[in-house]
Amino acid sequence: MQERPKPLKISVRLRPVIFILLLLGLWQVAVILHPHQLLPGPWKTAHGIADLVRHGLLVKYVVASLFRVTWGFFLAVVIAIPLGLAIGWYRRAEMAFNPILQVLRPISPLAWIPIAILWFGVGDLAAVFLIFVGCFLPLLLTVINAVQGVPAVYINAGRNFGLGPVALMRRVLYPAIVPRLMTGLRITLGVAWLVVVAAEMIAVNSGLGFLIVDARNAGNRYDLVLAGMVLIGVVGLLLDNGVRSLEKAKALRWSYSEEH
Amino acid sequence: MSTRQTIEAAANSMPASAPGLRTKLRANGVNMTFNRDGKSMSVLENIDLEVGDGEFVCLLGPSGCGKSTLLSTIAGFLAPTSGEVSIDGEAVRGPDPRRIFVFQERGVFPWLTVEGNIGFGLGKLTRSERAQRIEHYIKMVGLEGFEKSYPHELSGGMKQRVEVARALAVNPDVLFLDEPFGALDSITRMIMRGELLRIWEAERKTILFVTHDIDEAVQLADRVVVMSARPGRIQQIVPIDIAHPRDISSPHYLELRDGILNQIGLAHGI
Amino acid sequence: MSALAEPRKWERLLWPLLASALFLAFWHYAVAWTATKIFPSPLEVERGLVDLIHRGVLYLDILDSLRRVAIGYFAAIAIGIPLGLLFGWYPPVNQVVNPVVQLLRPISPIAWIPVAIIFFGVGDYAAIFLVFLGAFFPILVTCVDGVGNVPLIYRRAGSNFGLTPPQILARVVFPAALPQILVGLRIALGIAWLVVVAGEMIAVDSGLGFLIIDSRNSGKRYDLVVGAMLLIGVIGLALDFGFRRIEKFKAVRWGFRNEA
Repeated sequence: MQERPKPLKISVRLRPVIFILLLLGLWQVAVILHPHQLLPGPWKTAHGIADLVRHGLLVKYVVASLFRVTWGFFLAVVIAIPLGLAIGWYRRAEMAFNPILQVLRPISPLAWIPIAILWFGVGDLAAVFLIFVGCFLPLLLTVINAVQGVPAVYINAGRNFGLGPVALMRRVLYPAIVPRLMTGLRITLGVAWLVVVAAEMIAVNSGLGFLIVDARNAGNRYDLVLAGMVLIGVVGLLLDNGVRSLEKAKALRWSYSEEH
Repeated sequence: MSTRQTIEAAANSMPASAPGLRTKLRANGVNMTFNRDGKSMSVLENIDLEVGDGEFVCLLGPSGCGKSTLLSTIAGFLAPTSGEVSIDGEAVRGPDPRRIFVFQERGVFPWLTVEGNIGFGLGKLTRSERAQRIEHYIKMVGLEGFEKSYPHELSGGMKQRVEVARALAVNPDVLFLDEPFGALDSITRMIMRGELLRIWEAERKTILFVTHDIDEAVQLADRVVVMSARPGRIQQIVPIDIAHPRDISSPHYLELRDGILNQIGLAHGI
Repeated sequence: MSALAEPRKWERLLWPLLASALFLAFWHYAVAWTATKIFPSPLEVERGLVDLIHRGVLYLDILDSLRRVAIGYFAAIAIGIPLGLLFGWYPPVNQVVNPVVQLLRPISPIAWIPVAIIFFGVGDYAAIFLVFLGAFFPILVTCVDGVGNVPLIYRRAGSNFGLTPPQILARVVFPAALPQILVGLRIALGIAWLVVVAGEMIAVDSGLGFLIIDSRNSGKRYDLVVGAMLLIGVIGLALDFGFRRIEKFKAVRWGFRNEA
């Protein structure tokens, strides 16, 4: 009887893999049935990836994209957190800025492209700016929201011990919002990744987004297009998982017990 | 005078401090009106109260009578609609480290360890002084061995001890406790009452304690301030002149307790 | 202390007006002071927009964008909610499909453009497909999570009263998850609006996104660029507000009891 559960476990874990293989198989069959259209099958896509590796472009493009994400994201974080703490804390500041923030929020970062190019020209800086724009606002709003959600007990206790506004923000507000902040950072990083790809398709000449556009324009290399898409999906997923494991760090575990 | 007469006499007299003690805290004509959805609601009416230095005073009343509001006002978290609160002769304008409020256990900061919490208000001390102070209060509340634990690893009673230790560590003059044992089971509550009394007798701080539990009030306080239902008024102040440790089955204790029950308007028997 | 005092009612209007007025003034003077010939001042933006309205073309672009959002969004709802409920209800199914979803989700809809163009050609359908992609994944994930978050006691009560599993799903789990699903739908709508604008910048020739790109390319009309951006912001905000009104209906109000 002890033997039974073990093989079940492995086969359960294999099921998603089998499902993926099934989808890939269907895809390949669909491609074979329509030989004249342009979209490649999984086999050709895999070759495309191998191609990129051979030309040393895979690493180069991934790094380029990550580089821009890091800069744009980092800038957004460094400005949005203190600003968000201040605006979240001072009711009047939130009242004042809220309408402006709400109007800016629905504007896709890509809509900023002409302005980005106007201010920074075509190139890295424009891409970083676009990522900054895409990350800054959601992050700011997340911080403001999180600050407003800090239980009054903590704030009152902090004030009771004689903390002024700045010390209060540093020693009470900020630690109290860290769990929600981590979730917000993870989601914003996902947004940054979406934006970088789109930004690269339009405004620069390296990176995974560029790869997609360039591969299509310079010779209809759809195998590379799809290879790029796969890579985008994989790297995006890895980034997300990376931040998730940070969220689980011991110092943060207190927040999970709080929720329950 | 019989106990009943004592109580009635107290009902008719001025709400002065217990004899022999310097006045530490005074509330004069405090009124509190809240505005919600356009309707104004009177929560506290004409509160006159004096508390002596080192006295243990309980605010007792049913839910919603305003006792927590009164405590928050005296502590400086709320401004009264009219009237004034003064401590040591100075008007109260806001919260202050000299008078620490102990919330229910949820006031403990979850992102700091026990040590971190207790040491929270001790930033002005040197490292060794701070460590000494923390150690002293950890021992005092009986949490040795848990210095590096996080609050979510502790039970409700232990979290409450952390909060009391944190409050005491900064050596305040006055302690405000708002139903601090409300979230604990009844056994832990009894233990914590004993602990609180022990600490109070050791340090003789002025304590203002809010509760809805009559037994708790009579067991702990020097004087019990009985409050009426909303709008909160001081119905009566009952001095409890029994020395600690109090025998909760002594006739005198039971008389005082019954007297208060009557005051609150509860008939005997269910 | 005054920073923490309860703000009066009239302040709710004062501060935003003040902040917005300062912002416009700053913008106006920044343009005047740097004597830039290209970046528009607020007045120029207003004039440009009014001009478009007079010529009767602005409405067309707005309607086009809204139409694409509507079709793509509702398609995403029609497919995403049932699938999401299904996946959430049968965890083994979710376990198999989830990795694929997680892999596809980080791929920006924009990266799908070449594929979309292959399938649909340049035009409306490509944009609608992108909107669908953008809205579909958030809706799917929200439904799965929503089902998972329904407390077990509700499900048990359902079966206690003799309901079959499909009945429990429809009559207990779905209503119980509805508040959370609505929040997800609102967020997905915001994403749909972002995506349609981005998609129009690349793949079609009408709509607000196209207006941005076209204004720049044919004549450097940055006044229209900025004007279109502001319009995008305002319409996106209006969509969001409209949705929040739905959330206020009594039938679902219970779920938002704890929200400000």
